[in-house]
Amino acid sequence: MAKKVSLLEDFTKGIWKENPILIALLGLCPTLAVTISVENGLAMGLAASFVLICSSTLISLLRNLIPKQVRIASFIVIIATFVTIADRYLAAFYPEISKNLGPFIPLIIVNCMILGRQEAFASKNGVGRSILDALGMGLGFTLVLLILSAIRELLGSGTILGYQIMWDSFSPWMVMILPPGAFLTLGLMIGASNWINDRRAR
Amino acid sequence: MELLVIFISAAIVNNFVLSQFLGICPFVGVSKRVDSAVSMGMAVTFVMTITAVVTWLIYHLLLVPYNLEILQYVSFILVIASLVQLVEMFIRKVSKPLYDALGIFLPLITTNCAILGLALIAVLREYSFMESLIYGIGAGAGFTLALVIMAGIREELELADVPKHFQGAGITMIIAGSLALAFMGFAGLI
Repeated sequence: MAKKVSLLEDFTKGIWKENPILIALLGLCPTLAVTISVENGLAMGLAASFVLICSSTLISLLRNLIPKQVRIASFIVIIATFVTIADRYLAAFYPEISKNLGPFIPLIIVNCMILGRQEAFASKNGVGRSILDALGMGLGFTLVLLILSAIRELLGSGTILGYQIMWDSFSPWMVMILPPGAFLTLGLMIGASNWINDRRAR
Repeated sequence: MELLVIFISAAIVNNFVLSQFLGICPFVGVSKRVDSAVSMGMAVTFVMTITAVVTWLIYHLLLVPYNLEILQYVSFILVIASLVQLVEMFIRKVSKPLYDALGIFLPLITTNCAILGLALIAVLREYSFMESLIYGIGAGAGFTLALVIMAGIREELELADVPKHFQGAGITMIIAGSLALAFMGFAGLI
């Protein structure tokens, strides 16, 4: 029974308790840069989750073969390989999204969230647990991207996924889709999540 | 003239941190004190400049002639990782206190997206050798500038009464937002 609980914990901790963005502050660059629209946020979340799950699986399989001294370099090469796959796939099937995300797809390689999970989890645990951990972290990452991009798209362009949501006379807050809006919204979200955690602890 | 425009654009108008969102992790992590911000900025600028040159050479002399562009990401990141290792060894030899102050963020320069981003954008924009070099220096200067301004504000912030839940990362993001707003004022410069 105890083992079952810990497996569930492996999965759920990434969603809230150790959320990569709100709590651990990892992977902030793509978070801030691509969340101009929900479509971009979702694409980035899924691409990063794909890379995370694949590399966690492979690295936890190879964890006893990789020498400790060169582990970071090996992790990065493995991650870069999967990112190349994701990048080619997007460019072939979704050229529009691939163009919107620009250099931020290859930049998943240096997303500290992915490398951080390899170093902290996949290189020390078995395949099953690593996959669960990667799934949870990927989901937590994607969810935050979705919320952040929904807020920004709604206030910045009055739409969600391109559909008009706000009333006609609503004038979009341009600043929300410009860089400052990203920083401000994320700052407020981090504050809000701290507040919720505090409330629950009491 | 062209080169000057590239420099100013990389350093101020399209500041890497505040308008392109590259290198946010060290921006949040190492901006607590001005002196460590300055040394971090120097280290990053150094790595950036060399990266810009080396990745240009690799891309145009090795990958393009042999049709190996698909290996672009893997080869770039390997170059960056080895460069950072070199800088790390150099700093440890020259200044131990500085090495301790930078701590974990020194090896993490490898995963600083500003550096890989710089290499990728330079390829994307088809910069010539000189342009890449200037772009690297400009981006490094812009990164240092943003980091030092942020560290200056955060040193003052220690005396301010920040609401409890916004202490740390929350308020840092909001300040960064105001800074980004200020930097948008440079938009008409070029």
